[in-house]
Formats: sequence, structure tokens, C-alpha cells
Amino acid sequence: MATGDAVLSMTSVPIAQPGSEMQQGTATTRIVNDFSIQVATVNGSGSQSANSILLKSLFGMGIPVSGKNLFPSNIAGLPTWYTIRASKDGYVARKKDIDILVALNAETAKEDILSLHPGAAAIYEASLDLKQYREDVSCYPVPFDKLTAAVCPESKLRKLVRNMVYVGVVAKLLEMDVTEVERAVRNQFAKKQKAADLNWSAVNAGYEYAGETLTKHDPYCLERMNATAGKIIIDGNDAAAVGCMFAGVTVVTWYPITPSSSVVENLIDLMKRYRVEPDGKATFAIVQAEDELAAVGMVLGAGWAGARSMTATSGPGISLMAEFAGLGYFAEIPGVIFDVQRTGPSTGMPTRTSQADILSIAFISHGDTKHVMLLPGSVKECYEFAGAAFDLTERLQTPVFVLSDLDLGMNNWMSEPFDYPEKPLDRGKVLTAEDLTRLGGFARYKDVDGDAIPYRTLPGTDHPLAAYFTRGSGHNDKALYTEKPNEYQEIMERLASKFETARTLVPAPVVVQTGKSEVGLIGFGSSDFAIVECRDQLKNEYGLETDYLRLRAYPFSPAVHEYIASHERVYVIEQNRDAQMLSLLKLDSPAAEITKLHSVLHFNGLPVDARSVTEAVVVQEGL
Amino acid sequence: MATTTVTNAPAPKTNRLGLQVLDYRGGKTTLCAGCGHNSISERIIDAMYEMGVQPERLMKLSGIGCSSKSPAYFMGRSFSFNSVHGRMPSVATGALLSNHTMMALGVSGDGDTASIGMGQFVHLLRRNLPMIYIIEDNGVYGLTKGQFSATADVGSKLKTGVINDLPPIDTCSLAIQLGATFVGRSFSGDKKQLLAMLKAAIAHKGTVMLDVISPCVTFNDHEGSTKSYKYMQEHEEAIAEVGFVPSFEDIAVDYDPGTTYNVTMHDGSHLRLRKLHEGYNPTDRVTAVTQLMQSHATGEVLTGVFYVNTEKPTFIDQLNLVDAPLGTLPQERTRPAKAVLDEIMSKHR
Ligand SMILES: Cc1ncc(C[n+]2csc(CCOP(=O)(O)OP(=O)(O)O)c2C)c(N)n1
Ligand code: SF4
Ligand SMILES: [Mg+2]
Repeated sequence: MATGDAVLSMTSVPIAQPGSEMQQGTATTRIVNDFSIQVATVNGSGSQSANSILLKSLFGMGIPVSGKNLFPSNIAGLPTWYTIRASKDGYVARKKDIDILVALNAETAKEDILSLHPGAAAIYEASLDLKQYREDVSCYPVPFDKLTAAVCPESKLRKLVRNMVYVGVVAKLLEMDVTEVERAVRNQFAKKQKAADLNWSAVNAGYEYAGETLTKHDPYCLERMNATAGKIIIDGNDAAAVGCMFAGVTVVTWYPITPSSSVVENLIDLMKRYRVEPDGKATFAIVQAEDELAAVGMVLGAGWAGARSMTATSGPGISLMAEFAGLGYFAEIPGVIFDVQRTGPSTGMPTRTSQADILSIAFISHGDTKHVMLLPGSVKECYEFAGAAFDLTERLQTPVFVLSDLDLGMNNWMSEPFDYPEKPLDRGKVLTAEDLTRLGGFARYKDVDGDAIPYRTLPGTDHPLAAYFTRGSGHNDKALYTEKPNEYQEIMERLASKFETARTLVPAPVVVQTGKSEVGLIGFGSSDFAIVECRDQLKNEYGLETDYLRLRAYPFSPAVHEYIASHERVYVIEQNRDAQMLSLLKLDSPAAEITKLHSVLHFNGLPVDARSVTEAVVVQEGL
Repeated sequence: MATTTVTNAPAPKTNRLGLQVLDYRGGKTTLCAGCGHNSISERIIDAMYEMGVQPERLMKLSGIGCSSKSPAYFMGRSFSFNSVHGRMPSVATGALLSNHTMMALGVSGDGDTASIGMGQFVHLLRRNLPMIYIIEDNGVYGLTKGQFSATADVGSKLKTGVINDLPPIDTCSLAIQLGATFVGRSFSGDKKQLLAMLKAAIAHKGTVMLDVISPCVTFNDHEGSTKSYKYMQEHEEAIAEVGFVPSFEDIAVDYDPGTTYNVTMHDGSHLRLRKLHEGYNPTDRVTAVTQLMQSHATGEVLTGVFYVNTEKPTFIDQLNLVDAPLGTLPQERTRPAKAVLDEIMSKHR
């Protein structure tokens, strides 16, 4: 990397005169639009707006950007980090190295600066005196409190406004386009002119201070590009909420849990705005349930009675939903369940990301059950798969799970704007009173069409033959009570066939195949961002061409097996300890394919980064 | 038609919809002969028939237990969902959210409600969800062969000789405190009272919680049980006499306002509650709970309508839903226009 050299040459840069434009490094040492910034603060200090303004400013400058919030399970007081990555090449995964640190948390400051690589830069509260720890890092002490007090007479507001000062300092040091910064500030406080003015003056204070007092001697800077035109920035949970609204969801139930709460919180805002009719009446019901058991019970009750119903939760909630999930499978009831995955149980790491609910959801509940899972790999797919999930759940008459994760769900991502759905809603096989008259009745659990999907009626259908009795395992194809072995087995076999139908209906994998490579990668969900970058690293740094298949659903499409069969070695990349997706693939694959499968795992609670994947593949490939 | 042969058989009795009792029957019961739950099913059939409820307009919901099986044995033309143990309230809530134009009847047991289902039960009450919730209360878990439930009285004895020493949960007191708007207790063997209460329940808008003592002849009908037929015959004490005048029966029935509460129900029918107990006041929650607590001390089993409130908005009212069922709203009403998506996208630029 060029950073080491850069630092050496930068030491000779003359000190800028107060009031003059800051001196810059020479062109050969500049690292443009390709670095990461980490802001270390204290939870509850209100740095969210400042970080969002930084992100939006870069986006406004046309530079591909991503932002990640690494926060503790705490309301106030514990350390939190926000990372912004600018990447001219469009890489948006987490970057393993931090290039620019903004250290505002006294408690972690020493550790934060010690973690930097030589040649990195650090902006910090002057009183922390971090220079003593790192001679090899470009240090920029800033008296944040003093600068804040000067622009913000009201002491109550200072904690918040202080964050804007670092926006100004960063803007100056990185040569940001100030018009974009101002635009971002004004947008952020669009409805509050006074707040906008106050915050903007704080940005300016930081900007001016940096201009007058600091001498730039790091290589990092920003230049306008044109790579974000027409794009949007949104997080996965918000995207999913938009998707649900356009999917025509009518019944939403939930029990708050990080990192899924904002799916429903966003949905509440959207529905109140766009789904209330002129007479003030709602075309939806959103209920905060007493727990996840009740949330999913309501989803199934509503799905049974004909609604497009959903809930959003995370791992602990999924565990509580186990019994009902099985009932939904056996009784063949639609319902959409979003799982925004996080790490393990109870207190500790609930605000960290993972992809570790794969196996538990695939078979959740008791008895012979298996479930359809959709695996969005971008915010756009969070939006699109919400629609797909409702169509599939009503078509297949079985609960459908959408597995996102904290990284995808709660962080901001660039995206192409979402497309308005072209296809009408698929409400599945529902018989009306007229149908019943024409058919002379129906058998609720009979496979009439050969796709193993039966017909259903909805409560309220005005026909004496419309009603049927819904129960768990003991029913025959007419929905009559039975404990006969052959009748039970028949139903179970049809349910298995229905899962085969699902295989053909769920989103197919996305395959990038050159036909030249022996090595295939398989990934899914939020790992995609790192895998895309990892493939470039493998190719450019190690000369290893790879193919790539991104799974988008379970059950697996036949294309998945064709892909495995056509490679010598296949690396399954996932964010959990026990290779859950690999295990699921093994269950689904013939022996000849199983021996080709290898594993790359990432499970420390941080989003997976490209470098880690590249290194793991390189070791296993013996490169 | 011209070819019709004339018979002399009297026309079968029908209700105001022209339906016969037959149209309200269900499958053959598989519960034990003499089980109280069967009598309750019979009374439900009578009440629905007499009230002229269109069977297709009813959803039957239940949890798990002998009691929860019983919806299979009445109203075969109604939609039914036998769900999981203790979680019927959530299923009922979802079903009503999807179609609030339907009537909902939940059947549960004392185990299904007062133990595993307590969490959902109390929240159902709190929401005043418009439905009838019946606990078929036998003091034991019938389906798992006779263990004590949480409504068993202190001192009540199992066949095995085990004596219950934990206090019972009074589901009626609980329901009154938590927000149900029609609360009563009856006895499966008290045909007249149960029928009148069920008919009034059908006319009510809001959560109706009826705890119906329903002896389990197989596991809890012996000497020493406080939920046996014999115990009930000896200890049942009606707090008021329950009379019901449906809105469509245009008969003026005299009553004495000095001794009788006349409650005008949502549909215009009248619930007449003739005071049998000193201080009875079905419109006052505190009085109702006090009287229930006093009766526990004396060992009497108080029955009748304890509390009724026809004013309180239901959960559905509070959600301010469109008139048509949400579940079947057409796409035009549930998928906003493209302009809305464009507006949302522009906010994220
Ligand atoms: C989750 C779960 N735990 C346990 C059971 C076993 N079980 C079935 S019915 C029942 C008790 C039913 O008692 P009650 O509700 O009083 O109904 P009854 O049979 O007395 O009418 C139990 C514990 C079950 N079905 N599900
Ligand atoms: S076991 Fe008891 S509750 Fe169950 S059917 Fe028999 S008598 Fe009724
Ligand atoms: Mg019982």
C-alpha cells in the first residue's frame, strides 16, 4: 500500500499560515476517494445526525459511499463507532482498516488510535493528547468544547452541536465540497430553520478552525465524481417497509426488538401517510403485540382470514415463534415473517450482525417441517423480496421468512431507486361463493392442479359449503379429523411436494460464471458486498479468477446444484460459526457435490469484510 | 312444483333466517358422555339458532384441550380454527383484524386460559376485542388426563388423593379488572341461565368473557372435587336472574326497575338482570370484584352476569379501520400509486 510512503513525504509539508488555504500533499501522494473514516463517540451523544451529514455530503459529491453504525446495547454512555467508507471503485463493504479516526470518546481514544495503521490520520479532542501514543499517525488536535461553546450559547445543546464541529473539521481536511455539506445540513434539519442555522454555524466553526490552525499531512482527500447520480441512500429496514406497503400489506404485528424494530416503525410512518383513505379510515391495522408468540399468532389468524399479514423480529423472537411456525406449515396458512438477524441470546451482543438463524428457521418447529426463506442481498432486494414474500406466501399457503441482518437492515446503503411493481398482487388459490356453486363444494387439502397447492376459502364466504375446520396435523384432504396412518402420510407427502413447487417459484440465484474458473464462491445476504470486492482482490492480487453464485432463497433452485457440479472447489461464505448454509446445501446435494464444498466463516459480530474472505480463500487454495 | 306430493308432516321449525336447528349442528362429539363441554356446545347451538346468527358469519377459534376440541361439535357451517395451546387470543385477534365484519367465538379451557395462555388472555381482555370468549372450566387438564389446573380451589381433591393447596385464579375478577366489557360465570348444567347469557353475549359488542363451570366426568367429578356436578348443584348461587329480550322479538316484558337492571345492548336488545344479591350492581367494576372475592370466602360459586359496559370502544373501533374487511380489500386500495413511490425515492436522494 502507498500509505507508508505518503507519510514520509508528507512530513516536509510547510505549515499553513493562519487564514491561508491549507497546504495539500503532492499529487503523487494523494489518496483520492478511497478510504474509511471512523467516528468514535459515546452512545447517546447524538452523533447520528453529524454522521449522516458526512455520509450524505460524500454522496452529494458523487462518490460511492457506505456508512455503518457499530453501536452497543445501551441507550447512553457506552462507546459507539460510525464508519464511513468512500470508494471510487464502488466497494461498499466494511473496510478492515481505518484510515481516518475521529476520536471523541475519552474512554476508548487510546485504544482507538493504537488500532490505526501507520500513515493513518486522527482528529481528536485536543485535551486527549493522543499524539504521545502514535508518532506515525497524522494527528489533528481540535479544542471541540471551546469551539462549540463559542457558537452555541445554550449549554444544553452543546453536546449535540459539538458533533457538527467535527463535520466541519473533516470537511476541511478532506477537501469536501462545502456546498454539499451545507445542503446535507439543511436537508437534515429541513423542518427546523433555527436548528439548521445553529448546526451549520458549528460546521463552519470546525471548518474555519481547521483551515486556520491545522496543517494537513495525510494523503486522504475527496474529489467530486459522478458515480451516485440518480441513486438513493436508504437502510434495509426502511426499504423492506416500503416494499411491504407496496405489497398491499394489511395486518402488521410486532414486538419491539433490535435490529428489526425500524421495519415496523418505518411502516407505521408510511402507512399513516399513504394508506389512510380520504374519510380518515385506515386500510391497515398495526398492532404492538404482547410478545412474539402473540405477534405470529395474529399473523396466522389474519392470514387464515385472508389478510396480507406480517411481523418483523430478530432471533429471540424467532425462537418464540417456533410452535406457530409449524402450525402455519401444517395448516397451510400464509404469513410473512421478517428476521433481521443479530448475534446470540440475551444481553451482550444484540446490536451486532450475523447470519446465524439459517438452520433454525429452515426447520423451525416440531415434527416434519421446513420453511421457505428469502435472502435479500441489497436494500433493493429488501424492497423487492417484501413483495415477493407476500405473493409467495399466498401462492404457496405457507409461512415465508425473509432473512435480512443488522448490517443490511440498519445501515445506510446506496442503491438504484426502486422500481414500481409491475405485476398485480398474486392472492393465490382462493375460492369464492360463485366458485363453490359452480364446483359443488371443495376439499380444502386436495391437490387439484398437480402442483400440491390446495384451494382455500376465506371466513365470511357466503356459501353453505365454504367453511372448513382448520387444525394442525390430524386432517385428511377434506379437512376432516383423522388419525389414519395413510391419510396422515398422504398429507405429509403432498406438503413435501409443495416444497418442490416452492423451489421453482422462489427467486433464483444470481450467477456470475465465466466458464473458465475451477473455483466457485457461494454467498448470500449482506455478505455480497464483501464478496464482490474479494473477487477483485483474488483476481488482481493473486491472479485467481472466481465464479460467484449468490443464493436468494431456500429451497434451493436447481441452478444451485448445476453451479456446484460445474466447479472443482466451491467456497460457501457466511457470517456464522457453524457453516449453517453449507450444512443446508449438503442436505440438499448428492455426494459428488458435497465433497466440493468448503467453508469461509466470519462471526465476530462485525460485518464481513473483503480482506478477511480473500485471506481465507487464499489459505485454502494454497496461494 | 306440479309434481310435488303433498305430505302432512309439519313444516320444520325455523328461526328468523329460515334456518333449522340442524343448520347449527356440528360433527358428532368425541368427548366423554356426560362431559360438561357437550352441554355448553348444545347451549351455543340453541343461542345461535334462536338469535338467528348466519353460520357463515361466525368464526370459531380455540386452543388445545378437550374444551378446545368442542368447536368441531357445533356449527359445522362456520369457519373454525383449532390453534395451539393457550394462544387462541392472538389467532382470534388476527382473524378479526383481517375481517372485522365477522362474529368471533373463542372456546378455551381453564388450562388453556389460566396457565399456558394467561399472557395472551390478559391482553385480549385489555384490548376489549369484540368476541365471545368462553372458558369451559373443569379445574383440571382433561386432555392430559386430569392434572390440576390453576382454577382448582384450595382443598379440592384429585382422584389420586392429591389435594390442591394453591389459590385459584378467578378469571372473572381478572376480566373485570383488565377491561372486558361483559363478564359472567355460569354452569354447564344451568341450561336457562347459560342460554340467556349466551344470547346476550351474541348481542354484545366488545369482549365477552364467560367462565362456565363444566364438570369433567372422567377426572374431576368425584367427592372432594369443587368442580363436580354435585358440588355445583349444592353451591351455585346466582347473583342475579338473567333475562334476555332480543331486538327482533317485539314483546314488551314488564320488569321492576327497583330490583332489575335493564341494559340496552348494542343491537337494541335488552338484558334484564334481576338482583338476587344484596348490593348487586353490574355497572360497577369495584362492586363486582368485591362480591366475587366475598363469595370465595364463603365457598359459594357465584354465577350470573357480574359486569357489563356497552359504552367502551372496542379494539376495532380504536383502530379506525375502513368498513370493508382488510383481508379482501382490492389492490387499488392497498397498493399506493407510482407517484407515491417516486415521492419516497426522492426523499432518499
Ligand atoms: C405447548 C403444549 N404443551 C402441552 C400440551 C399438552 N396439553 C394438551 S391439552 C392440555 C391441557 C388442557 O387443559 P384445559 O385447557 O383445561 O382443557 P380440558 O381438556 O380440561 O377441557 C395440555 C397441557 C400441548 N398441547 N401443547
Ligand atoms: S376427559 Fe373430562 S374434559 Fe375431557 S372429554 Fe372427558 S369428561 Fe370432558
Ligand atoms: Mg380443563
